[in-house]
Amino acid sequence: MLEELQFGFPILSILLWLPLLGALWLWTQRDADLIKKSALGIAILELGLAVFLLLRFIPESAAMQFSEQLNWMPALGISYHLAVDGISVLFVGLSAFITVLIMLYSWDAVQENIKPYCMSILVLETTIMGIFVSIDLILFFVFWELMLVPSYFMIKLWGVGEEKEYAALKYVLYTLLGSVFMLVGFALLSLNYYEVTNTYSFDFLALLQVPVPVEDQILIFWLIFMGLAFKAPVFPFHTWLPDALVQGPIGMSVVLAGVKLGTYGFLRFTFPLLPEASTHATVVATVMGLGLAAIVWGALIAIMQPDFRRLLVFSSISHLGFVVLGLFALNFQGLQGSLLQMINLGFTTAGLFFFAGFLYDRLGHTLVENCGGLAAKMPVLATFFLIIGMASIGLPGTNGFIGEFLILLGAFQAHWVYGVVAVSGVIFAAIYFLWYYERAMFGPIGEKVPQVLKDLTQRESIIAVSLCVMIFWIGLYPSPFLRMVNGSVQAVVDRLDRGSLVSVERDRTLLSHALTHEPGGKD
Amino acid sequence: MSDLLVILVPVFPLIAVLVNGLLGHRYAADLAGRIAVGSVGLSFLCAITVFLGVLSDPTPREVIAYSWIFGGDLHVNFGLLIDPLTAVMLMVVTGVGFLIHVYSVGYMHGEDGFTRFFVYMNLFMVSMLLLVMGNNFLVLFIGWEGVGLCSYLLIGYYFNKVSAAKAATKAFVVNRIGDAGFLLAIFFVFVNFKTLDYLKVFERANQLSIETVTAITLCLLVGAIGKSAQIPLYTWLPDAMEGPTPVSALIHAATMVTAGVYMVVRTHVLFDMAPVSMATVGIIGGLTALLAATIGLVQNDIKRVLAYSTVSQLGYMFLACGVGAYSAAIFHLVTHAFFKALLFLSAGAVIHSLEGEQDIRKMGGLSKKIPITYTVFLIGTLAIAGIPPLAGFWSKDEIMAHAFLQHHYVLYLFAAIGAFLTSFYMFRLTYLTFYGQSRVDPKVERHIHESPQVMTRPLMILAGLSVLGGFLGVPPEHGWFQGFLESVATPVGVVPHDVSMGTLFGLMVVAISIALGGWGLAHYMYAINPTMAENWSKRYAGAYRIILNKYYVDELYDAIFVEPCKRLGRIWDWIDRHMIDRFIRGIGHGTDISAAGVTWAEKHVIYGGLNVMGYANHLAARSWRKLQTGAVNHYAAVIVIGLFLLTHFLFVWFTGTSLL
Repeated sequence: MLEELQFGFPILSILLWLPLLGALWLWTQRDADLIKKSALGIAILELGLAVFLLLRFIPESAAMQFSEQLNWMPALGISYHLAVDGISVLFVGLSAFITVLIMLYSWDAVQENIKPYCMSILVLETTIMGIFVSIDLILFFVFWELMLVPSYFMIKLWGVGEEKEYAALKYVLYTLLGSVFMLVGFALLSLNYYEVTNTYSFDFLALLQVPVPVEDQILIFWLIFMGLAFKAPVFPFHTWLPDALVQGPIGMSVVLAGVKLGTYGFLRFTFPLLPEASTHATVVATVMGLGLAAIVWGALIAIMQPDFRRLLVFSSISHLGFVVLGLFALNFQGLQGSLLQMINLGFTTAGLFFFAGFLYDRLGHTLVENCGGLAAKMPVLATFFLIIGMASIGLPGTNGFIGEFLILLGAFQAHWVYGVVAVSGVIFAAIYFLWYYERAMFGPIGEKVPQVLKDLTQRESIIAVSLCVMIFWIGLYPSPFLRMVNGSVQAVVDRLDRGSLVSVERDRTLLSHALTHEPGGKD
Repeated sequence: MSDLLVILVPVFPLIAVLVNGLLGHRYAADLAGRIAVGSVGLSFLCAITVFLGVLSDPTPREVIAYSWIFGGDLHVNFGLLIDPLTAVMLMVVTGVGFLIHVYSVGYMHGEDGFTRFFVYMNLFMVSMLLLVMGNNFLVLFIGWEGVGLCSYLLIGYYFNKVSAAKAATKAFVVNRIGDAGFLLAIFFVFVNFKTLDYLKVFERANQLSIETVTAITLCLLVGAIGKSAQIPLYTWLPDAMEGPTPVSALIHAATMVTAGVYMVVRTHVLFDMAPVSMATVGIIGGLTALLAATIGLVQNDIKRVLAYSTVSQLGYMFLACGVGAYSAAIFHLVTHAFFKALLFLSAGAVIHSLEGEQDIRKMGGLSKKIPITYTVFLIGTLAIAGIPPLAGFWSKDEIMAHAFLQHHYVLYLFAAIGAFLTSFYMFRLTYLTFYGQSRVDPKVERHIHESPQVMTRPLMILAGLSVLGGFLGVPPEHGWFQGFLESVATPVGVVPHDVSMGTLFGLMVVAISIALGGWGLAHYMYAINPTMAENWSKRYAGAYRIILNKYYVDELYDAIFVEPCKRLGRIWDWIDRHMIDRFIRGIGHGTDISAAGVTWAEKHVIYGGLNVMGYANHLAARSWRKLQTGAVNHYAAVIVIGLFLLTHFLFVWFTGTSLL
């Protein structure tokens, strides 16, 4: 985890700032059509870069790759430090992928203020990239907070609900509330570093080398936990989610439901930096309890939702319960499954949000009682809807199964009771999805369904097909993805197993070995 | 037999799925049908070659396609296993599957969504083949849920019918309950063996404690119960009859529903070690065989009678597994696939010629009008009723003999009563459909016609198999079939019993008398004295109503599972909206108060800076400003600058030095 590999040119910086620069350039443009085209072009270019990054990424390695570092506030040990490893690299690709799809989706769906909309999406992409590529805690935090700015505008200005202003403010305030705690947690980590070395540092790799006393770890854990839990959101800190996702525009819902920032934080910072706290029995039991509660709570509420978007919100909460469960199973399968599932949800839950958008654009609502028999009118839409839905409920052969299976296997290994309770979520998931699908898509054509309904347009089909490609690729041949994450997941598991004290000693030895044996390494 | 040939068995239908699914709308439905049928035919040819290979060399062989899921101590291959058990299943699935595909071309002719139908059918073949060919629990599970999906799609084929849509959802959800149990079994297996490959697991099975094995097998059993429609999860199968009849024949009679039996036999090494699980399997099987048969007595829908009959026959297979008679279970699976597919398809031919009528009260006297259908249906009835020397007799007799000889007399009694009822309700069905006065709607009557050859040819082949199939296992216990399966279906640790030919012969006589007794009673009630059935139903009106309503089990499940779940969902939704949010805001409130001071500072200190920003903005971005309703700009600035101040504040607080 401590090893760093550089790359010929600053690809991460380009990935990070390209969308922002693109947004600034869009600012100077006037022609709406040109703006749409260039925004899509920038998003595709970004995706191309992300794919290039994935191709050049060395799999089965725990090293921090493509590392870049510049001083920012040296007195406090804050630097512009970017790198990706197996934990974060897939998120970079996912974020770029989702942004392209959002641009495609918004092409027709968003009519008003197209310029600021495209700019917001691109700025949002930069902040999200920033979250995934920063390995300096303060840099990470800055992007974490900056993300709220475009999100706020997105929900408030392009939201579709009546209470979009309330939802936007609620989202920002709740997340801010959590992040205040997190910032204090980060500061305490830095203080601990100061006590040992007499210098400050917020650098993840530096902090890794200084163990934190166990009693402090617990406090810091809960402080950081609050920040992550509100953002994720972990039950019971989820109450902003229904408002934000139902009131906000589809593009924003896709990001909030598809890019799992909160749970990423556990894997990125909490586990490696606070291994003793993360494996502390009370902590584990509490968080696992929250995870299980989320699974059952979210799923049962989802069953009774007449509005598909609200149903998706609660299904999302239930799925996040699985992710949390896998993380705090603290074994290889659990972590690997959770990591993969976070990526999967970017294709499945986010994909279903696109379909909620498709329905909304055609019907003006997603209420089940006003649907019925839609499969007869829109067979292609119904087919893709079913495929993505099946992936979302974890049908084998799709990506959802791989993630869910590994998570459940991990949880079961932690304690069989976790596995038994969580497996009920698999049944409930089938109920809430299929019951909605049955009433909306099957049966006689509903009275309130418009006479003329267009099936998927070409642009929408591109979204659907690309989602399906990813769904089946990961479901049937996940090998490339597993190879990318395995090295780093193993490193986190080792650190959790050994605790920070032993890990620090071992990592130092390994690092010095690596440095002395590397040709051209500094002596 | 090359590896490629083995892999091709499921690949052919897969290609057809992709071709018809992606390009099917570009060409005529006829061609789609030909591609679909042809792919299954090719698959069948490969299966025959594989089968012949196993015949000459029965040692199990694994074909690994690629590494599927790996990491840490987990490594699961996408691999196939070929051994005698798989070979038998391959022949049944591809052989019967092929015949049903051919039949479907005629049956589904002119339907909307003809291509869609065959895409689903082919996808089913792929899943089912993976299920029986997988070399580990997880590949089996792909097939396991895959066939569930196809079953869902095909039950809901007429998706604009509410009842079909509901039945589809029900089938999937009930199956999912079983699947959840199966998943738990997989976890148990992995935790104990650190592998999911059959051969490795079975090799090390004897290292486990009885408790662990019992837990594993009971979880497996939950899965098997769901898929094979046994008590208490059988309620989805009768509703599944909403699908087109070829689907009922292929999925809900011949292949998918037997997956549970296959799985129990496949993992019998584990079951053999757990007497409690074995007893449970036997009891569930016996009870299901009996209960479903009683419901079958009074149903009036031709397909529903056959559906309950399927549940009941699956009960026999479970019963056989429960007494350790694995080869008998598979034997019955095979013969049942022949005669039940035959019965369903000929029932389909009846329905086809009556323009969709399924109610046997509106049939009667059809034997002369559709003689071929009548003949094959009668052969099916004789076979399932256990009239020698047809197929059903030999396999059912073997199960009952095993139960008796292993001293499971209660199970034997269940099976014997069940056999009597089976014979009775099947002949009742035959009499009401084909004999007596015609009760057909006159409008329909004029159009009654025999089905086209594409439908009758497969029926004749299946009829032939139903007549002759039983000889695979003759003489009982020492036939060719039992010998072929010996290496994979011999219970571990059971001493083979020596029985005199006399006992076996005696049991056979009993079985034949039972079958003839049922036939006789049905003959008396429905041919000689037709008013009797009605009188009885009036005299025992209470009991009749209970059985007619399937013992109200569906209603019971609704009341104790479905409704409480819905209510809980509604209550929790309310709590989520009103109470949890308030609780979270409570946490926020404390921060609000302290934040009030900061806000004051922000308002007064930062406004200067904001104004500058606002002016710059004004100059630079007129268009951006248009959409802003005033406060937005300020909010953003407050967030950013407030954060900066907050960060700074914390630094000063903790470090005593200032950033600025």
